[in-house]
Amino acid sequence: MKITKLSDFFVTGDPLIYGADVAIGLTMVAIVVALTAFKRWGWLWREWLTTVDHKRIGIMYVIASLLMLFRGGVDALLMRTQLALPDSMEFLKPDHYNDIFTTHGVIMILFMAMPLMFGLFNLTVPLQIGARDVAFPLLNSLSFWLFFMGAMLFNVSFVIGGSPEAGWLAYPPLSEKMFSPGVGQDFYIWGIQISGIGSLMTGINFIVTILKMRAPGMKLMKMPMFTWSVLSSCLTIILAFPILTVTLALLFIDRYFGAHFFTLDMGGNPMMYINLIWMWGHPEVYIVVLPAFGIFSEIVATFSKKRLFGYGSMVFALMSISIFSFFTWAHHFFTMGSGANVNAFFAVTTMIIAIPTGVKIFNWLFTMYKGKITFELPMLWTMAFIPCFIVGGMTGVMLSVAPADFQFHNSYFLIAHFHQVLIGGVVFGYFAGLYYWWPKVFGFKLNDKLGKWAFWLWNIGFYVCFMPQYVLGLMGMTRRVSSYSWDTGWWSWNFVSTIGGFLMGIGFLFQVWQILHSIKFMERVKGDPWGGRTLEWSIPSPAPFYNFAITPKVEGRDDWWRRKELAAKGVQDPPPKYEPIHMPKNSGTPIVMSLFWFILGFGFVFDWLWLIVPGAIGIAATMLYHSFNYDTDYYVTVDEIKKTEAKAGRVV
Amino acid sequence: MKYKGWFLRAAAFLPLALMTFLLSGCADVVVLNPKGEIAKHQLDLIYITTGLCLIIIVPVLILTFWIAWKYRVKSKKKEAYQPEWDHSTKLEAVWWGVPILIILLIAIVTVQYSYKLEPSKALASDNKPITIQVVALDWKWLFLYPEQGIATVNYVQFPEKVPVQFQLTADAPMNSFWIPQLGGQIYTMSGMAMKLHLIADEPGDYFGTGANFSGEYFGKMTFNAKATSQADFDKWVQDVKQSYPAMSQEGYNELAQPATSLVRSFSAFPNGMFDNIVNKYVVAGEGHHHGGEAASSQNDAAAKDDQDTSKTDMSGIDMSDAGHSDAAHQH
Repeated sequence: MKITKLSDFFVTGDPLIYGADVAIGLTMVAIVVALTAFKRWGWLWREWLTTVDHKRIGIMYVIASLLMLFRGGVDALLMRTQLALPDSMEFLKPDHYNDIFTTHGVIMILFMAMPLMFGLFNLTVPLQIGARDVAFPLLNSLSFWLFFMGAMLFNVSFVIGGSPEAGWLAYPPLSEKMFSPGVGQDFYIWGIQISGIGSLMTGINFIVTILKMRAPGMKLMKMPMFTWSVLSSCLTIILAFPILTVTLALLFIDRYFGAHFFTLDMGGNPMMYINLIWMWGHPEVYIVVLPAFGIFSEIVATFSKKRLFGYGSMVFALMSISIFSFFTWAHHFFTMGSGANVNAFFAVTTMIIAIPTGVKIFNWLFTMYKGKITFELPMLWTMAFIPCFIVGGMTGVMLSVAPADFQFHNSYFLIAHFHQVLIGGVVFGYFAGLYYWWPKVFGFKLNDKLGKWAFWLWNIGFYVCFMPQYVLGLMGMTRRVSSYSWDTGWWSWNFVSTIGGFLMGIGFLFQVWQILHSIKFMERVKGDPWGGRTLEWSIPSPAPFYNFAITPKVEGRDDWWRRKELAAKGVQDPPPKYEPIHMPKNSGTPIVMSLFWFILGFGFVFDWLWLIVPGAIGIAATMLYHSFNYDTDYYVTVDEIKKTEAKAGRVV
Repeated sequence: MKYKGWFLRAAAFLPLALMTFLLSGCADVVVLNPKGEIAKHQLDLIYITTGLCLIIIVPVLILTFWIAWKYRVKSKKKEAYQPEWDHSTKLEAVWWGVPILIILLIAIVTVQYSYKLEPSKALASDNKPITIQVVALDWKWLFLYPEQGIATVNYVQFPEKVPVQFQLTADAPMNSFWIPQLGGQIYTMSGMAMKLHLIADEPGDYFGTGANFSGEYFGKMTFNAKATSQADFDKWVQDVKQSYPAMSQEGYNELAQPATSLVRSFSAFPNGMFDNIVNKYVVAGEGHHHGGEAASSQNDAAAKDDQDTSKTDMSGIDMSDAGHSDAAHQH
């Protein structure tokens, strides 16, 4: 793109954008000043930016995703504000509104839910299976940095070049050059493409980790349920994400080289894109919700002090969901005239998913049955999930009924449904997981009182926000409208919904306050604050960088619980015999290579060859450099292990 | 604190209960207030599936609160604690079995209704159906009446108790044509001619809207669908024929430019206009066969009367036809 004046490059003309420009500028200056003043550049580089430690990568994922939750949440509140002031009031102009719902959707699914999920994978999975790290630590770091650079590239579009505005799945022909001539769609393609490569690699990494790196004795059917859910999610990732990569690549070829895969004219077929994108898109929502099911399983068992009920059923349910998720894509376009045969088939395959999902709810309830239940924060979020998800599941079944979907499709009824399952399932689930594993990761508990305030604000806010949207759908309000006239009768419901949205926003602020407050007045915990059942609780909190001083030998499900029971009976562990531990060295390759990916992506967005070429060369050069780097690992000495273990208060 | 917590939880469900009250008898809730055969069947289906789902959901909700309450640590009553109890084939058979049965029932109903309510299927009626051609444009709806020879923008009128065969396409990004009180929506896509059969049981003004995002002013694509008596409809057609200008091809090209539009009427439009719009994006030798059984079903009464529809079935498009190739090169 040819830049002739400044406004071709920077987004101008809206006070909101100027405000954002100033805020972004000030934040960047503040970060640089703070790092320099406290002489933290070296520390940042050595300890964090180049780390290959899965726990630190996990923390970085969580921080990045919470920032994205903030941005996506602000987008949501802007939209809700606009819809509370319809008709002649124009808080957001239609094209700005389109920017915002597009970025809201993309950010929440791809740059919030996905990285938060990967964060939890990283924080937990190696510890749960008794491993020292993931199978490919350097690749893990590269995955993170690719996600991060992709997310940054996508977010830059807010102030540079202009945001995409064709909806979160960018249906052509609207997303083609003909109807979206600006660079917004190119930011969309490259932001998602770069982070998507990272996601695919994470999927592969965790499958190999789980299959090959379990502690001795941990048979597949002795794995903790969260690890099972990660496995099912990753299997779905490696089947679904290549479809996304190819789909976006074809759209890119259309836009960049003028091909006609999905254009209106010259034989292009937009429907093909819609089929392809949903072949990824529907499995994607199961990808993010499956790990939440694993989290609930861990939490329900821990806080009921009981073994998980129906372990075999749970495994079967997880796996069948990840398979069935690939047979549901066409339910996103029942109204496209595919005919009764196709619609009936996909309606039935879609509603079948309700069966294993329902079974899991029963298993959790009967895990609680005859248990001793305590309602700590993780358990509260789990309890909030159950009613929310079954109501969301019910409306899901209603939507899956093809002939009835002709009335629900693209309406607010659908919007209410998928927010109910995604917030009730994924967000509540990941919050539960964060509260649950927080003491494990950081060694202190989060403040309970503030957490309860956040919990109730989120929950009440949720119902106030989304229940009215079911009604709006039945009143004929369609998604993505930025305004409506008074005679529709939609105003009062929209207004109530907006109040609910802000309640959730306040809930989020309480969580931020909770974290800051708890950092200041932290209540230190030892290894096992909840009375855990799985291996991650058997080591100090936070875990030492090598995780397990001695690789545990697993004999049963809930192995840590079993060992605690044995210890209560007076059975003593033999004194530990330490051996040097083989560890990977930190590396700057992932962050440098990802920076070049960012440069390449930015170059393609603006069609600047002078950026594309160095970007591509940089990627190839870092890859080449790394393949000749043989200095990648080292051994932790027995002395150092003893010192670290003693410091954590362990017997050496 | 605990007590307050439960109170708040109950409060969270209040909106749900309130909603049920507010919904009953509310005319604005168009989907629950159908005025046509198709929409009525769809509402039946919505009630059937909701009812079947509730069979399982209500007990689970009760069970959830009962178990959480009864087995909480602070419970006064000491209940048997069974930390090792983690399997019961009998119980698991029940909760695999019951959902399977309910989904099976819903599936059977769904499949039946899928064929019954297939939008391309002509409706049985004593009255002769009327054909209305719909074109989704950048940010307005164009309605063509091939039998009457008139056209309207953002307004559609038809007689009550007469089946309406909508033939739909787009000359812009895809949209979705939806009149909730008469029945479900169908996508409008360029290069394809879709069919949607609806009927209005009584006269009235029905809310119509575009349901699929199609760009900047997509939100302005609402229209009034008016059902009147046959006499009033004929009168209206006469009125449009006498008092409004004709639409030329140039006029259409201008109309198709991206912009919103007020309600407009035209006393005539160029012959074969709908086919030209459909064929505009089709490359020779390639037919986008869409519409399932729709495209090949020839039992539409209207098809015989209307010289235009023979080519709206997308099978076998002949681009050597001079009229069509002209249209194809206009963009």
